Amino acid sequence: MSPPQRRRRSPKAARQEKPAPPPAGEESGPGRSRELERLYVVTGQASGGDRAELDLVTLIVTCADAPPTAQPEQLALLRLCRAPMSVAEVSAYLNLPFSVVTVLLTELLTAELVQARVPIVRSELPDRSLLEAVMHGLQKL
Amino acid sequence: MDFKSSETVPGPRAEDHLPHTATAAVKIVIVGGFGVGKTTMVGSVSEIRPLTTEETMTQAGIGVDDNYGSDTKTATTVAMDFGRISITEQLVLYLFGTPGQERFWFLWNGLFEGALGAVVLVDTRRLEVSFDVIGRLEERGVPFVVAVNDFPDGPHYPMEDLRAALDLSEEIPMVKCDARRRASSRDVLMTLMRFLHSIAMAQASA
Repeated sequence: MSPPQRRRRSPKAARQEKPAPPPAGEESGPGRSRELERLYVVTGQASGGDRAELDLVTLIVTCADAPPTAQPEQLALLRLCRAPMSVAEVSAYLNLPFSVVTVLLTELLTAELVQARVPIVRSELPDRSLLEAVMHGLQKL
Repeated sequence: MDFKSSETVPGPRAEDHLPHTATAAVKIVIVGGFGVGKTTMVGSVSEIRPLTTEETMTQAGIGVDDNYGSDTKTATTVAMDFGRISITEQLVLYLFGTPGQERFWFLWNGLFEGALGAVVLVDTRRLEVSFDVIGRLEERGVPFVVAVNDFPDGPHYPMEDLRAALDLSEEIPMVKCDARRRASSRDVLMTLMRFLHSIAMAQASA
């Protein structure tokens, strides 16, 4: 018995910031190629405001005491991030979608109540020492 | 939105806190078809109980799936299970598994672009569910390795047959694994890291 067969694809020349819909005809069926947009739930900030560039693994650390005016979500976030915590973990513990957490964090970053520690992304590679550090760390598991 | 008050939000256990020295994080994405063992792999190597984050996206127009072919605005929730491995006092590795319909993962901006690389977990019983995701990684130039999760009741193809069936180029590493076992999952991650290292070495000498 032989397994089913796939056909290789080649890298797309121009990579875009937002995922572009695939060219017509590449995928079959209506609706497959339409682009999705994030659903932003209204928080304290008007929608469309500038949002901080936050990755799932940006580490957030609380750096000031909560002001008396802080809202419950903000208080919870400030409490969680007393030790560094990724945006993904904040989202999981607060049970809020990622985009809602980024809105909350943008407010807190603007108010200088939290700091963001920017993650290392692949475009900054090749950083062999980083890769070697990860390999060394995994070997200890 | 079922937001709980700040008093009742369950935070991490004390031992799950990262040290204050943690300054940088990297991520690896584990992809594959439904039920192939992605969350199992995340859980087997994670130092914390796997957590779930999600994102909600809307799509205007005709229904997302033919199954719902009505003219409505459709909200789609993309959920991801993830785990964490502290590499050093400064560096943290996050592992994201991606359940659900794979075409939505690629709409999560930066998930793949920002990742060090990806592990494609395949199940020999349903090899074809991995085809689309492998193609999308190729299109985006995301480096990946293929891990064959060894289900006892799955067909056992020789690795070279699987490589041919998946139409993988020679340099892409393939490895068998048991996602339930920590050592086996760690070896898959090591395979990816060695592959990334070889790419970095080749780029440095080019």
